[in-house]
Amino acid sequence: MMPAKLGNSVSILIADDDTQDTMLVRLAVERADLGLRLETVKDGEEAIDYLLGRSPYADRQAHPFPSLMLLDLKMPRLSGFDVLDFVRGQPGLRRLPIVIFSSSDDPRDIQRAYDSGANSYLCKPHSNGDLADLLKALQDYWCKFNHFPPCQ
Amino acid sequence: MDMKMPEQILLAKDNEDYILLFKRALQSARIDAGLQIVRDGQEAVDYLTGAAPYTDRTKHPFPKLLLLDLKMPRMDGFQVLSAIRQRLGFTRLPVIVLTHSDNPADIRRAYELGATSYFRKPDSLAGLDEMIHVLHAYWLKFNHFPE
Repeated sequence: MMPAKLGNSVSILIADDDTQDTMLVRLAVERADLGLRLETVKDGEEAIDYLLGRSPYADRQAHPFPSLMLLDLKMPRLSGFDVLDFVRGQPGLRRLPIVIFSSSDDPRDIQRAYDSGANSYLCKPHSNGDLADLLKALQDYWCKFNHFPPCQ
Repeated sequence: MDMKMPEQILLAKDNEDYILLFKRALQSARIDAGLQIVRDGQEAVDYLTGAAPYTDRTKHPFPKLLLLDLKMPRMDGFQVLSAIRQRLGFTRLPVIVLTHSDNPADIRRAYELGATSYFRKPDSLAGLDEMIHVLHAYWLKFNHFPE
């Protein structure tokens, strides 16, 4: 399975139970015309179902395997740490780049995230202007310069 | 966002011309980061473990970020990655592979061994300048590092 690249758009899976945060990210991506395809799930269990292509995410046309995951930490059912542990333990998924996107800047969360295999750790900005800057930097870094791994 | 002290970037690269170009690009972007250089994989491991001649951590601080070439003498980049992530247990250090190769097998192997990210070296000065700018914006302005 190759990560989806539809035209120029890279597919990013956002796992976050805060739907308002997700909407703000979507709005900023649209406004800046960053050419990212965003897929969203609302907890850790849904994130794992999505990555494994389980129902209701079995259709890879509608739900492409992501090039990158933006992962919140504090989520119901399974937390971001649980998702990290699961993904890094799966031979077919373990190379997926995962960027933590959390409101926590607690050093213990940051260390645990890296120890669990997070590629990078971003804190949710407090203003929409900062969010736009962060998403631009994210897009430049991961989508313009980084080469993603084949996932299986 | 909190202001940070000048961060150290460790560049592992055996090509002197490239090192020169990289330094020039950092300077012209006026990026407030220290650049430490090692010239092969064994030196990279010695630097990270604080082995001689890198024992003095005030002169050779542990880096925030490692930029790692793949093809190097003594130990190549893959061997360095595997040493960093497994033998030495430096799970928290972001390691960005910076190489000529865009061979999918190399990309896959680098991620498999724990690379944080994989960059192909730009082949123009403008491309290098942009890459430095993007690296700086992402890692030193937005990313949060472990202690």
